[in-house]
Amino acid sequence: MSKAFEMFSSSIGRKFVMSLTGLFLITYLVIHLAINLLSLVDAHLFNEASHFMGTNWFIQAMQYVLALGFIFHIVQGIALARSNAKARPQKYALDKPSTNSSFSSRSMIITGLLVLLFLVLHLRDYFWELKFDDMNGHATDFDLVVALFANPLYTGLYVFSFIMLGIHLNHGFQSAFQSVGVNHPKYTPGIKKFGVIYCVIVSAGFSLIALVHYFNSL
Amino acid sequence: MNLTLKIWRQKNTTSQGKMVEYKVNNISEDMSFLEMMDILNEELIVKGDDPIAFDHDCREGICGMCSLYINGEAHGPDRGITTCQLHMRKFKDGDTIYIEPWRAKAFPVIKDLVVDRTSFERIMASGGFISVNTSGNTQDANNIPIPKDDADEAFDAATCIGCGACVATCKNSSAMLFVSAKVSQLALLPQGKLERERRVLNMVDQMDKEGFGNCTNTGACEVECPKGISLSNIARMNREYLRASLVKKD
Ligand code: HEM
Ligand code: SF4
Ligand code: FES
Repeated sequence: MSKAFEMFSSSIGRKFVMSLTGLFLITYLVIHLAINLLSLVDAHLFNEASHFMGTNWFIQAMQYVLALGFIFHIVQGIALARSNAKARPQKYALDKPSTNSSFSSRSMIITGLLVLLFLVLHLRDYFWELKFDDMNGHATDFDLVVALFANPLYTGLYVFSFIMLGIHLNHGFQSAFQSVGVNHPKYTPGIKKFGVIYCVIVSAGFSLIALVHYFNSL
Repeated sequence: MNLTLKIWRQKNTTSQGKMVEYKVNNISEDMSFLEMMDILNEELIVKGDDPIAFDHDCREGICGMCSLYINGEAHGPDRGITTCQLHMRKFKDGDTIYIEPWRAKAFPVIKDLVVDRTSFERIMASGGFISVNTSGNTQDANNIPIPKDDADEAFDAATCIGCGACVATCKNSSAMLFVSAKVSQLALLPQGKLERERRVLNMVDQMDKEGFGNCTNTGACEVECPKGISLSNIARMNREYLRASLVKKD
């Protein structure tokens, strides 16, 4: 590997990648949530926003950055989990990890993989339909959303996935700062609090949208 | 009190080990955990059995030798202590106690509960030092002004006794807390700043080569560390590493 990129193969460098891609995805989720919330306000507004996202040159370019962000995060996340598992070939007969660490911090790979599963479904149902298919025969983006959330199974899976993402970010948000060396007695308590507020808003926000559309369909 | 012990027995590094059950009776709650182990070993010797090998030296919490993963926790159920500082009053009559060695690929078992921690020494040899001329003309350290905050933080980091509880307790067997304590201790002081880039790059490189896992920031190490080494040291090492990677010329 080139000298300039050497650090990215080290344990700390790999965590920089996780942190920076994670923070990028965290920012992206805010924009995504804001647009989705429009679907609760007004169908026309939502279609306009959706159309803008699908045609604006900057957003289109960012789509590739986003895809790369996801790919780096996922590939590196799986690679880290694998090498970490190898670092302890013989397990303890009795281990009590809950006495010293949080559930969310110990299940990053599990919550991550569940989010990944959701991501595949999500891309198939929206990204693919909007870009390359006939939107299941619906006239507008809004109609597609409404039709998908009318399915209770789909809505249930959607809410479950966002709870998983919430657990992922409950640890991930503050961890991303620690990974790039941001730890300060004055700011870290605030970062941790903001992280909790952030993941509640994101989990509850996306879930609320799904549930409102589901109940409207009844 | 009377106790049931389930202890890891293993002849040598290459042999297959297993948990073996022992009974000990009339243990006083004023004993330390290692004294309880001594009593068991004396009984084993009298019976003609092989005594259980475990590490210890100072028996006052300063050398870091005593290890032992007791009932699923490094150094047992108490906080801020080593195994030699653990008292039997933390247990109840009739308890079953699991006693296992540190588990990590980079800490192979030598015999029973004794593990090889020379991976820590190789990390230290790769950069955990300052290069000064010690031929008699060294400058008095007190002549160099050091801000009190830096001196305090460096001292806190320097209290790490290299016990390896952080590795043992980490779900990834990561050595980040240990290495970051050693990096911080030197990087905070003027004498250590001269070699700061080389030091952090070499020590992290050696840590990775030894087969320790990566850090997931679970914070388990900080909770189990007998010396209260803080996670802020890991953040400092991450900064040192990022900085060194950016400024190094070769
Ligand atoms: C929108 C989706 C996602 C967001 C916003 C997100 C965010 C984050 C953040 C902020 C971290 C903390 C980084 C650090 O500790 O420095 C993290 C860690 C992690 N993520 Fe994600 N993530 C997402 C999806 C995924 C997916 C799909 C996977 C699939 C494997 C995944 C796997 C992991 C793993 C394994 C870690 C822990 C790495 C470690 O500390 O060893 N994440 N994530
Ligand atoms: S950081 Fe704490 S737990 Fe780790 S080796 Fe040093 S004293 Fe032991
Ligand atoms: S024997 Fe020295 S710290 Fe326990």
